[in-house]
Amino acid sequence: MKEALSAKPAQPANSVGLVSPKTQHFNEALTLESGSTLNGFDLVYETYGQLNADKSNAILICHALSGDHHVAGYHSDSDRKPGWWDSCVGPGKPIDTDKYFVIAPNNLGGCSGSTGPTTMNPDTGQPYGPEFPIVTVGDWVKSQAMLADVLGIERWAAVIGGSLGGMQVMQWSFDYPDRIRNAFVIAAAPKLSTQNIAFNEVARQAIMNDQDFHGGHYNEHNVVPNRGLMLARMLGHITYLSDDVLDEKFGRELRDGRIKFGYDVEFQVESYLRYQGRSFVDRFDANSYLLLTKCLDYFDPASRFGSLASAFRGATAKFYVISFSSDWRFSPARSREILRALLDADQDVTYAEIESKQGHDSFLMPIPRYHEVLRTALNRIHRKL
Amino acid sequence: MSEMQLRTDQVLIAEWIQPNARVLDLGCGDGTLLTYLHEQRQITGYGLEIDPDNITACIDRGVPVMQSDVDAGLSDFDDDSFDYVIMTQTLQAVHYPHEVLNEMLRVGREGIVTFPNMGHWRARMQVALRGRMPMTMALPYKWYNSPNIHLCSVRDFEALCEEEGIEVLECTTVDHAHRTSLGMRLLPSLLGEIAIYRFRREAGLG
Repeated sequence: MKEALSAKPAQPANSVGLVSPKTQHFNEALTLESGSTLNGFDLVYETYGQLNADKSNAILICHALSGDHHVAGYHSDSDRKPGWWDSCVGPGKPIDTDKYFVIAPNNLGGCSGSTGPTTMNPDTGQPYGPEFPIVTVGDWVKSQAMLADVLGIERWAAVIGGSLGGMQVMQWSFDYPDRIRNAFVIAAAPKLSTQNIAFNEVARQAIMNDQDFHGGHYNEHNVVPNRGLMLARMLGHITYLSDDVLDEKFGRELRDGRIKFGYDVEFQVESYLRYQGRSFVDRFDANSYLLLTKCLDYFDPASRFGSLASAFRGATAKFYVISFSSDWRFSPARSREILRALLDADQDVTYAEIESKQGHDSFLMPIPRYHEVLRTALNRIHRKL
Repeated sequence: MSEMQLRTDQVLIAEWIQPNARVLDLGCGDGTLLTYLHEQRQITGYGLEIDPDNITACIDRGVPVMQSDVDAGLSDFDDDSFDYVIMTQTLQAVHYPHEVLNEMLRVGREGIVTFPNMGHWRARMQVALRGRMPMTMALPYKWYNSPNIHLCSVRDFEALCEEEGIEVLECTTVDHAHRTSLGMRLLPSLLGEIAIYRFRREAGLG
């Protein structure tokens, strides 16, 4: 695996091209599930395509743990890579921007522009840092609904999300059942397993035990807990891939062709993981990462509604549940729990299990069968708008 | 969708379905039958299917479809969650037909199956006269490459129903082109190539 590509790829014809994020400021206070209040906040978002006259063709894309609002296209001609789901969003792509108006916000508590630990707390004039309140999937959806209000979108043609994004899609169907016509719950789970929470805890410990963490006040010390965040990402990254795909990519290949009986990088997979960790710390904030893992841990609609089926009972959307055979982080069995609850709740649901090798990350990959399912469903939805 | 697009066995099945019923179609193919039942009988239906192209076809028609293997069981479904569970031309290809029949009657009030009748006179002749496994228009495979691993005759099926405490409510047969005739109605076990059964759990066996 090459660590970086030096040549800039030409923007392909089916790209949304150059895009600029927008910022929506909300003056009103947002009361969070934790009981804390945000006195005003910003949501940064991108849009692609055109909203039709009756505002019926809007799609919301909810991002996963380390995603953001930059889903498709390029921010400048010098960008080496497009947005995180460029393979799926664009003219003629499965989420077709010739047909749909696509909105992708950065979630609260993130670190890509929306209000979060790295932004200024208006009450103190300092960045929130570790004082930023922990937000939940419910809080995110509430803030996304406020954005929809501003944009005049009463009902989404579809809300689409993978992983933690899929949890937001489900939350939309619980909290705003009349505002979502189609729900795409991809590579998700109805709640984290004990093992999932355990992985998150190791990631948090890695960050909090970094001597540069300073209880989250690292900014005031002009340092960054890079080593901890890097470890957290390396651990996370292993769980996003499958055993097979790691083996296929790297096997036991040695960087210098021979064993050196030392502890420096020897196997290619070590080099790859370190690269993944290092490039992550350049773009992500440690407090944000901690908060997002908590947001995942807390998601548990069954405990709030009594059962997952009761949570879905008021939904009016048509559901599409999609899982990937090699995903062990949120395995197909977890998607089947969602499917079962939807059936118990008499909901209209379609379930597809996509054959894949790439593990949890499959939901980001242009797997032909996966894209065909999305394209077919979204084409039908568009015909029926 | 008109009746013209349905196979005769599907048309016959459709006649047995009460309006507004909840229907599960095991091996629902491209969703033709469920679409027809939805339009003509206002049923709520779900399909089970494993073939990716068929699943795509169902999505395109708006038929709720779940990617699942019938042999893996119907464990996603609660007891008595459907009025009818339908399985056309699949019974002979599953690993444990008797378990599938019982599962159908666990999740559904009534079951409907179609299968190729091994008691058809052509099949009987091939075994009796040539000493070879039958190959007919309804059973076009050789013994070694056939997906049909549990073939049975109309009489075999009825014997199994009796053993399992399953009550046959209705039965009819058609030929390989899914046509019906007077002969088939008079001598279904000998002249029917494809058998169609509607059945339920015998009263008292719960």
